[in-house]
Amino acid sequence: MRRPILMAFALLALTACGEKPQTLGSPKSDAAPYTGTGKPYAESGWKAGDRTSWESQLKARTQQGQNDYNRMN
Amino acid sequence: MARMKFVCDAERCIECNGCVTACKNEHEVPWGVNRRRVVTLNDGVPGEKSISVACMHCSDAPCMAVCPVNCFYRTDEGVVLHDKDVCIGCGYCSYACPFGAPQFPSQGSFGVRGKMDKCTFCAGGPEENGSQAEFEKYGRNRLAEGKLPVCAEMCSTKALIAGDGDVVADIFRNRVLKRGKGAEVWGWGTAYGSKQAGQPAAAGVKS
Repeated sequence: MRRPILMAFALLALTACGEKPQTLGSPKSDAAPYTGTGKPYAESGWKAGDRTSWESQLKARTQQGQNDYNRMN
Repeated sequence: MARMKFVCDAERCIECNGCVTACKNEHEVPWGVNRRRVVTLNDGVPGEKSISVACMHCSDAPCMAVCPVNCFYRTDEGVVLHDKDVCIGCGYCSYACPFGAPQFPSQGSFGVRGKMDKCTFCAGGPEENGSQAEFEKYGRNRLAEGKLPVCAEMCSTKALIAGDGDVVADIFRNRVLKRGKGAEVWGWGTAYGSKQAGQPAAAGVKS
């Protein structure tokens, strides 16, 4: 009668000795930015999911917003 | 599309810290963390030069090489991002980075957010684009909204340029040709491999 009780107690006491697996994580996959956010804050002039239009929009935005020689000449 | 790149024109930067403020505001960056900083050499001396510094999204990023848990990844656009759920806050990346980009909040055992924080090129992180979770961990995802990094778009003198590397290089090349100096911009050689980087200005050219 005492033996099963002792075994159960030993099993319970040894559960703390178990080791959790420690596998090296890796980053979650990230959605490409040209897929858009689905929110209403996006700039117009490109279509979500269309990579070519997204790239053209960003290139045009860089030239318009950051190349001040375009405004001067 | 080429890789997304930043370049700061030291001839134009006036140390206004508008880029720093815009970044903190856009991404609600906590106290003690500056994803972008303005560094001035020879401060107060005539001819001082300032430059805005953040993560340069290196093509061969040393932070990625030293990270023991492999939390970094590079997007197809060349933006170096990291997953805060994988980061253990060890700080190796901050020792490896030549630009001092990785930031750790100064409060708490590992800081307020507990994980490394850095410039994301306004591209968020691995959470769903535009989600609240992405915003709270990494800030706003402007690239997915068809916009460019807010620091560059807010720059009053257009010293800081961000965008597709080919377009950025064209804009900067045009400036250098028009004014006849300034190709020795800091960091250019490291990021783009320019032969002119670090060379002294030609004789007779004003600083």
